[in-house]
Amino acid sequence: MRTKLFYALAAPLAAIAVALVISSIVLVIAGSNPLDAYSNMWEYGSRLETLIETLNRATPLYLSGIAVAIGFRMNLFNIGVEGQYILAAIVAAKVGAEVNLPPVLHVTVIVLSAMIVGGFWAGIAGFLKVTRNVHEVISTIMLNIISTAGIVSYLLGVWDVPDAGLDTAIKEIPESGWMPSLNGIVELFTREIERVELWGFILVAVVVGILYHVLLSRTRVGFDLRASGENATAAEVSGTNPKTMVVTAMVIGGAVAGLVGLPELLGSSHAYNLRFTQGLGFAGIAVALLGRNNAVGVAIGAFVIGWLDRASGVLEVRGDAPREIVAIMTGVIILAAVVAYAIVERRRRAEEAADAAAATTVAQEVTHVGNGEGGGS
Amino acid sequence: MSDRDSAFPDLTNSYRRLVGTPRNGQNGRSWRLWVLGGLGIVFLLSVTQQFAKLPTSDLTSSGTWTIALAWSVPILMAGLCGIFSERTGIVNIGLEGMLILGTWFGAFGTIEYGPWWGMVMATIAGGLGGALLALAAVTFNVDHIIAGVAINIMAPGITRFLASIHFPDRGGSITQSTTISGVSNFSLPFLAGGTIGGWRSPDILGRIESWDWFFVSDLAGMARGFVWQMSWLTLVAILVVPASVFLLWKTRFGLRLRSCGENPHAADSLGVNVYKYKYFGVILGGALAGFGGGFLSVQLTGIYREGQTLSKGFIGLATMIFGNWRPLGTALGALLFGFAETLRLRDPSAAHGLLLLTVIGLVILIARALTRRRVQVAGWLGATAALILVWYLSTDSVPNQLPRITPHIAVLVLLIFATQRLRMPAADGQPYRKGEGG
Repeated sequence: MRTKLFYALAAPLAAIAVALVISSIVLVIAGSNPLDAYSNMWEYGSRLETLIETLNRATPLYLSGIAVAIGFRMNLFNIGVEGQYILAAIVAAKVGAEVNLPPVLHVTVIVLSAMIVGGFWAGIAGFLKVTRNVHEVISTIMLNIISTAGIVSYLLGVWDVPDAGLDTAIKEIPESGWMPSLNGIVELFTREIERVELWGFILVAVVVGILYHVLLSRTRVGFDLRASGENATAAEVSGTNPKTMVVTAMVIGGAVAGLVGLPELLGSSHAYNLRFTQGLGFAGIAVALLGRNNAVGVAIGAFVIGWLDRASGVLEVRGDAPREIVAIMTGVIILAAVVAYAIVERRRRAEEAADAAAATTVAQEVTHVGNGEGGGS
Repeated sequence: MSDRDSAFPDLTNSYRRLVGTPRNGQNGRSWRLWVLGGLGIVFLLSVTQQFAKLPTSDLTSSGTWTIALAWSVPILMAGLCGIFSERTGIVNIGLEGMLILGTWFGAFGTIEYGPWWGMVMATIAGGLGGALLALAAVTFNVDHIIAGVAINIMAPGITRFLASIHFPDRGGSITQSTTISGVSNFSLPFLAGGTIGGWRSPDILGRIESWDWFFVSDLAGMARGFVWQMSWLTLVAILVVPASVFLLWKTRFGLRLRSCGENPHAADSLGVNVYKYKYFGVILGGALAGFGGGFLSVQLTGIYREGQTLSKGFIGLATMIFGNWRPLGTALGALLFGFAETLRLRDPSAAHGLLLLTVIGLVILIARALTRRRVQVAGWLGATAALILVWYLSTDSVPNQLPRITPHIAVLVLLIFATQRLRMPAADGQPYRKGEGG
């Protein structure tokens, strides 16, 4: 019998090893030395500033991963985080720019409006699934495009303010709606940080992670959610309405998705503009897959993907390779991870079955020896 | 045709019960339905054109439909990709990624060796994408959707990486290639004025179209769109449709392939190598998607540009569902999406006219709901129709984002109304391991 820890670590480590091998092959084909590339990446990536940037990237990735993971726990595939967070970001930015409130309340209003928009947009997919049996994968993909290419693009045109100069941007949120940087706290433990600021929203992400863990493992709703995901019929018999659970899971996932754009919005850009980071929703799927829907696992996944994204910039500067190698690495890590998880899972099940079989044989022998008393195991 | 079929009614029926023959084109009644449906669509477009607030003749012109046909090819190929893999039981979300691979390899091959070789490379690249999906979903039994999503994340990374290596030296950049030219076009002789050995034949449909008669000219214009100035690659793509129908429903091979998607354990017990068929279906599907992607960059846009697929793969997946996992219905759906795409590119005023078309379509649905005494449904439809009509009458143009997202709204609406009556392959999306369960 192998330990639980072995099974938890085997798959991600195997995935990273495979990704390193494949990336090395690609780098060699591209005509550069993989060892140089990796050591450059490591050297640049272990700087304090790069690590801060990594955390700034990992924060939205984590939220996005959790949003996807909530659906996964219920056997729902929410591919729509992309559309949900971008729509939520532009609407929340507009709300934040239009209202005038004292500091903490202002941020709260922005956060709540983003969650409501995200929840609503995801809720459409949930509603269509339970009423019309429309598969959530297709509906969320369609809603993504309707949101990003349709509504957001339209709103950006309508809300565009002329004084943004060449940039297409909507009105900026007043300073009471910003989130302070955490550089001061980090500097207590380290040296002075140059150029970059650690976005304060990382604290919200931590809270979301804790809530996610508590909600799913420690509450009735969480239990029902997981139960309906694993066996809808059994859950229904035990008194859970699977339709309600589908809509609930989609709405909660969408509400978390609504937060994905906020670290950037409240931390640095303070307005929705054309350069607003896109693609975090899709990356979130990768993060959730890597982290196996586990609150800590998703955090590690978000950090790894975020680090690759930030540290890869040096490859181009040093002339090692185009930084796009990271996109391949990410893809390979994900595919390798899911394959590795599938294999490890099968091995674990096989071993469990073998153990169970061995235990039953022993138990049978025991009962035979004891002339059938007790039985039952 | 219908006589011959009705001579063996029992045989036909039992066969149909056994393997689920396509309703498309199998007997006289569906042929009549298809023809009537087609004429009905032409009629609707003619009427819309007559009453449109902004004058347009683009809804039925041969120019529009030539382009619509071409733009429907990537979607059609994606849809067929979906059919081939889902008929073997593998859900293929990764076809968007295979399409993306096709766009890059098509462009690269065209720059290096010319358009035909470009298309060959695109097809192979798509097939390799399919092989990767098959490896994950069939051999390693990874959840199909997760494997597909992983491919969709990986494919843009691969193309961007390759583009950053190859295209800057070849007049392009990291995100796009230099412009490329596709294969040549042809027109059918007599029907659309094609040439035979240098002699220019009369253009019969073109003549009728120029008369500008209600319905008749519209019909001729649309028909001419399918035979005039068509690229050879489009012809190849069109021929894939009957070839797929034949392969899947008229051969033993096709029957076995479909049996893997319906009941793989039963198929296995009859000696069918289920893994082999699943691999074949997914790889062939990937190759088709790669062709579709190549067509998009090589023939349609004449350039590789990052993100140019605009989720056509997913739209293809939706047309597959719309077509009930059958090629002909999928082709029709693809054509509708190609048409919507064309209006967006060609004529914004015609896009405005689409609002009116929607209203007319809704009125027909209302009438249908009323004859079936579904008053509540009719009420909802009526309210929607009224809103769109007000919108139509109070504006002269639609926001330019609307035509872009029209296909996606249409997919949603279509699924809302259609999913109840569709039947996907019974074992679609389910993991399969030889000898486990049944």
